[in-house]
Amino acid sequence: MPIDYYLNIAASGLLTGLVYGLAALGLSVIFGVVRVVNFAHGEMMVAGMYGAVLLGGWLGLDPLLSAPIMAALLFVCGWLLQRGLVNRFVERPEHMQFILLLGVATILVNAMLMLFGPDARNVQVPYSFDTVEIGPMLLDAVRLRAGAAAIVVAAVLFAFFRFSRTGKAIRACADNPLGARVVGLNIDGLYALTFGIGAAVVGVAGALMTLLVDARPQLAPEYTLLSFIIVIVGGLGSLPGALLGGVLIGMSEALAGFLLTPSLKSLFSYGVLIVVLLLRPQGLLGKRS
Amino acid sequence: MSGFSGITGRGMVLLVLAALGLAVAPFVADRYLVSVLTTVLWFAYVGQAWNVMMGFSGLLSLGHALYVGLGAYVSAALFVHFGIGPWAGMVLAMLVAVVAGCIIGFLGFRFGVKGVHFALLTIAFAEVARIGFDHITWVGGSGGFFLPVEAGASDPLNLRGSPMLFYYVALALVVGALLLSRVLLHSRLGYQWLAVREEPDAAEASGVDLFRARMTAVAVSSALTALGGVFQAFYFNNLFPEQVFSMGRSIEIILPAIVGGIGTLVGPILGAFILTPLGEALTFLIEAGGLDLPGLKQLFYGAALVVIVVFRPEGVWPWLARRLRLVRQPGEGA
Repeated sequence: MPIDYYLNIAASGLLTGLVYGLAALGLSVIFGVVRVVNFAHGEMMVAGMYGAVLLGGWLGLDPLLSAPIMAALLFVCGWLLQRGLVNRFVERPEHMQFILLLGVATILVNAMLMLFGPDARNVQVPYSFDTVEIGPMLLDAVRLRAGAAAIVVAAVLFAFFRFSRTGKAIRACADNPLGARVVGLNIDGLYALTFGIGAAVVGVAGALMTLLVDARPQLAPEYTLLSFIIVIVGGLGSLPGALLGGVLIGMSEALAGFLLTPSLKSLFSYGVLIVVLLLRPQGLLGKRS
Repeated sequence: MSGFSGITGRGMVLLVLAALGLAVAPFVADRYLVSVLTTVLWFAYVGQAWNVMMGFSGLLSLGHALYVGLGAYVSAALFVHFGIGPWAGMVLAMLVAVVAGCIIGFLGFRFGVKGVHFALLTIAFAEVARIGFDHITWVGGSGGFFLPVEAGASDPLNLRGSPMLFYYVALALVVGALLLSRVLLHSRLGYQWLAVREEPDAAEASGVDLFRARMTAVAVSSALTALGGVFQAFYFNNLFPEQVFSMGRSIEIILPAIVGGIGTLVGPILGAFILTPLGEALTFLIEAGGLDLPGLKQLFYGAALVVIVVFRPEGVWPWLARRLRLVRQPGEGA
């Protein structure tokens, strides 16, 4: 039954796409609030991957359990990065911010290359080769868990921004920085917090990603670009848009890898990006500025 | 500060000395040093080419490897498949790059893709080319494309010859690009670029055709960069899409101008002379120490990028020129 084939591929693309979407969510949070494009995003994600690989190797931790640890670690890194470096660039021209984070990204990716070497590394989990049958579909257990975990983390993030006082303060900061300052919010502190949250989210996405692909330093720039594509497709600054964009890109990649050759699958994502940039530059769920 | 007219006597002496030094360098330097200098000149050249877009017109391109790659592949394919030498081939190479640049520019400017989004558009096209060329078997695909090499051949008409030949070609490119930049910057077009860079709305209100000004900047920059690609193809004799079109290459291209000073004439040249020798020295030290650290040079470049944007955001050249009084200070008179 060929239709089952497509259903299967679409479903596994959707699950991978949820993890992509989670990574893009981190980028979107940072851009939406701090108004700085985190060019080191994929590098942070791969750092999360290596963290999960190391924890898996030393302690035998499942990436699902490494994820919160990596979230905490990357939160601290993101917070420090914003406080120490990025904050003084918030008012600078866009290209300066871009170049600064490009420098940070180059440092990170090459540090990882020197530390871990160019070879792919993975985490062993007991359910690596298990499959789960759902209706006509046969899905990988790893993919299901990664996708489900991504949904949980995204839900927590949405709830945080919707209901918590701090989350509301950050949103206020994003909507109107000057007004937020007037009512007495600590903008610099909230920016650092936001950058930390964005980094933590992408760290989790990285840890989950180790269930699906092996960690390699070369993945870092690819994931940076992938996150950008997703955020732009979904709409810069729109959190549901990032998740939707991730799912779309994940599914289109999976289908392109199946219909064409796997090495051409990212070409497809760039194609989607170019079309969206031209037809709907604000993204699918973005607001026109 | 952007022209030559503001240069002081001391600056002129230094400029002449530097030019003389570069002109005689191959006669006094050994092979290794000549190859390093050739690399320096290459980066100085493509840095100048990139500077036309970012420095003069405020258009951030992070995909300049695209034009290098197109120039390299077109000229190499013409040479290998049709026996057409690079001096003729470079015309088509530049034309192809200009067409590619104009497509990106047209899409970007017509649809109002600005700032970060425009930079991403340039990356996207470079990446599409990288993946695309991996699959074009006519030029070797991902396995690489090789130009025939004959030991001891001396055929300047086909850009085949000794390292010295390549050194002087690179030097000529740098001098040519410097003079061209200087002429353009002081032309009507150059003033339009600066106006578009500083205040696009005001420029448009005073009658500057934004679209045309930006498109010409892209065309000039992509054509110049493609020439750098032609040089690269015939100098190294091998091309791999993973290297030629890579994001890392695009970053290497923007580094000299950022370090030396975006928008200045001398900046990209000075930046290349700072960065490449430091990178080479680092590689040399690592090898001498018997270490194998493949990422260290790039790590250094990344750190240089961060240090420069944090401490000298306007680049080394404007600061150095003020410090050493190589250019007249504002208010000192012409």
